[in-house]
Amino acid sequence: MPPVISTNQLTKRFGQFVAANELTFQVEKGEIFGFLGANGAGKTTAMRMLCGLSIPSSGKATVAGFDVYTQTEKIKQNIGYMSQKFSLYDDLTVAENIRFYAGIYGMSKQAIKAKTTELLQELQLEKEAKTLVKALPLGWKQKLAFSVAIVHNPDIVFLDEPTGGVDPVTRRQFWDLIYAASDKGVTVFVTTHYMDEAEYCNRVSIMVDGVIAALDSPANLKQQFNAANMEDVFYELARNAKRKAD
Amino acid sequence: MRQLITFIRKEFLHVLRDRKTLLMLFGLPIAQIVLFGFALSNEIKNSRIAVVDYSKDPTTTRLISKIAASDYFDIQRSLASADQLHTAFKKGDIKMAVIFPASFGDDLTHTGKATMQVIADASDPNQATTITNYLSQIVTDYNTELAKDAGQPMQINPETQMMYNPELRGAPNFVPGVMALVLMLVCTMMTSVAIVKEKELGTMEILLVSPFKPVYIIISKLAPNLLISVLNLFIILFLSWLFLDLPVKGSLVLLVTCSILFILTSLSIGLLLSINARTQQAAMMGSLMGMMLPTLLLTGFLFPIENMPLALQLLSNLVPSRWYFIIVKRVMLKGLGITAIWREMLILTGMCILLFTISLKKFKIRLQ
Repeated sequence: MPPVISTNQLTKRFGQFVAANELTFQVEKGEIFGFLGANGAGKTTAMRMLCGLSIPSSGKATVAGFDVYTQTEKIKQNIGYMSQKFSLYDDLTVAENIRFYAGIYGMSKQAIKAKTTELLQELQLEKEAKTLVKALPLGWKQKLAFSVAIVHNPDIVFLDEPTGGVDPVTRRQFWDLIYAASDKGVTVFVTTHYMDEAEYCNRVSIMVDGVIAALDSPANLKQQFNAANMEDVFYELARNAKRKAD
Repeated sequence: MRQLITFIRKEFLHVLRDRKTLLMLFGLPIAQIVLFGFALSNEIKNSRIAVVDYSKDPTTTRLISKIAASDYFDIQRSLASADQLHTAFKKGDIKMAVIFPASFGDDLTHTGKATMQVIADASDPNQATTITNYLSQIVTDYNTELAKDAGQPMQINPETQMMYNPELRGAPNFVPGVMALVLMLVCTMMTSVAIVKEKELGTMEILLVSPFKPVYIIISKLAPNLLISVLNLFIILFLSWLFLDLPVKGSLVLLVTCSILFILTSLSIGLLLSINARTQQAAMMGSLMGMMLPTLLLTGFLFPIENMPLALQLLSNLVPSRWYFIIVKRVMLKGLGITAIWREMLILTGMCILLFTISLKKFKIRLQ
């Protein structure tokens, strides 16, 4: 099976500044791929290129089999995206949020209805279907945001620091959702600052100053850097970074 | 198409859920109608007037040159017959007309008394009152002068007649002003805030990553505001008919069409504002300061544009509400048809297309 994401020397320059420099990596179907790096290392730039929001300066890349230069519309149909801000509409109800996000992906009425019921069951939010999102606890919002990000059954879901600001228990539960999605064959591309979360990933890449400094499974990385945990691996790589926070 | 409908429905939900804003949106025109009952009065210079002199004798010639010499008046034309006056008034070329009857000179020489006719366009009542007062002043001065020359009292009586709004009500002038102001404010503010809100929430990112087209986002954002503004328009027209006894004299269809044109222009301005604003507050301030002030000052409903310094007069040409104000005055108050307003309509259409194109382009660039 071909990789779901494949990049070859993918580069993005802003004038003289090289935000992402010759990134080359593959992500397999159903994999949970951790995309780590200090602030300003170039994670967001790389992710924006893969999502079809930003045209690369040079290099090659395909996402879900589509070219990032010429087929961005195709890419958009096959990916999901969730950001730190959760991106739900506070003044809409749970069901209305699901319906809206399913709707903009062009799902049919029946499909949306079926999907809404299914999601509410999965998230155990049946009773809250008509509750405004602003009244939900943070953890529930987060799960709902993840669910709407994959409401259209995308091949890949991009999670941009999805667990910012929630407690460890909720974060654990959130990762259960990620595993469930991965089991169904959804590829998960996740950025995070929590190193315990890095341990949950199948493979992890660590970006430093616009380049990928390391890429392997957490176990191999720890061995390679002779570190007890991912925190030490990250520190070892990132402490010499020249770029500071963005 | 289905996607678009989903999105538009969402936008309507946002608007309907926000009770406070909704109340403000519909309360605004009502409050304005009540508040603006008192319009300001101010000095008026260089009012364009027409003179019809059937008498053509030395006294009328002297009086006319006195009027012409005054700062207050600018004699636009001398007409041979009063029949042409109506057209001049309707076109808005003149604010006032002075007519000397054929017997004027004889009457004055033989009886020491004569009557001249003064007709003013009272669709702007303050202006009409002020300029007729100025004229009376000049005539009184002239009477004194004549009496001194002749050694006996001389009496020229200006007989004033107000056209279009004989009771000199303030309402006819401020209703079009309120229409321009409310529509402009609601459209620009609502639109810019709605878009900036998505940016702040982070939902814009999701929309951009989705296959949903940017132009659809814009259309969906504009749809509810367009509807609200048209509703507002009807509320204002209804209120002024009910309470101010001010029906639409001309074609309602024409008025609504022009209003929609103006609404679309304002929506485009809102769109443009939203592209540059980062926060909802910034967008709100931008619409209030950037739009409300020019609309209030440069539209011509509080302060006549003719009296402004040239720079401001030129600047006022860029304010869309100025043109809309003229259209409403002509269609609603004077009952004129499309022939009287096609130029203003053309200008508004041009502004609308230009603004929408710019904002659409800029919106797309921002998404890159």
